[in-house]
Amino acid sequence: MRLLTHNMLSSNIKGVANGFPLGIEVEKVIEKQVELSADFLRNLFPKIEWKALVDAARTMGYAELPEEVDSSMLDSNEFLTKFHHALLELHLEEGALVCPETGRRFPVTKGIPNMLLHEDEV
Amino acid sequence: MKLKQLEGLLGDLQQFSNPKAELEQYPTGPHIASRILFTAENSFGDVSNKVVADLGCGCGTLGAAAALLGAEQVIGIDIDSQSLEIASQNAEDLELDINFIQSDIKNLGWRGQIVDTVVMNPPFGTRTKGADMDFLFVALKIASQAVYSLHKTSTRDHIKRAALRDFNASSAEVLCELRFDVPQLYKFHKKKEVDIAVDLWRFVPKDNQGKEGKDT
Repeated sequence: MRLLTHNMLSSNIKGVANGFPLGIEVEKVIEKQVELSADFLRNLFPKIEWKALVDAARTMGYAELPEEVDSSMLDSNEFLTKFHHALLELHLEEGALVCPETGRRFPVTKGIPNMLLHEDEV
Repeated sequence: MKLKQLEGLLGDLQQFSNPKAELEQYPTGPHIASRILFTAENSFGDVSNKVVADLGCGCGTLGAAAALLGAEQVIGIDIDSQSLEIASQNAEDLELDINFIQSDIKNLGWRGQIVDTVVMNPPFGTRTKGADMDFLFVALKIASQAVYSLHKTSTRDHIKRAALRDFNASSAEVLCELRFDVPQLYKFHKKKEVDIAVDLWRFVPKDNQGKEGKDT
């Protein structure tokens, strides 16, 4: 699971007011190289919750993203390379996503998070 | 990529080994899947360089087609772990990087509208009434650009009304009518093969109509 996907997912347990961002428990991270598309990153940038991405990347062992950003940085190749790597090349292969309010764990197996809710959570 | 080539690649994908009737798991054949994505890409520019989600992805045929046509990120979501296992294997066989999530579409926890395009072959709602509408509601909530979906032709008026009035669509257009071959997968099917008339729809979510085409 890429961190781009993490940036969209939230906990939808009944009674949880803000299920985003999900915490990450890491057992295994893998990296898969993909080609960088600057246009894609520039279009995506305004939709990304930056702090959630920075924290998630750090948990996954990648601490190169700046805490503070603005859109002028999208002209820098160095920044785009880091943004690209964090967003699209780091994968949570084994571990869990954790609801920020209840601490409920959603296990991630072979890269697939299991977000199924129990009957009493719907 | 040429249409024939796309259809050929999708033809090698593994399909459901034990389809579950309650989830209405009918495979999306390579013929239909290739044409849906080819239209989405070549007529509307909704696939390449986009974030594409496949709701109720099953064995992942539509998502794989999106990835083959150059989607930057493809997300396949399904409730059934066996389907996701096959979908994952299919993606690996074609060397495609697709993210899968196991979730009930009804209960999907989602933030924002990072997804540009949804492509889906939802349950037709014949076994679980309203399942088709649950999918359409979620699709129009998470997509910023377009939703492609298959629905039974017999429900056309109902779909159009619900999409425009209740689900925040600014447009709902039937692109073509297809014949969907449903092979005899389940015991309750009396005939050997059933041919259902199905519409291919393209919906545009309301909030984002102004943005259409701008970010290509």
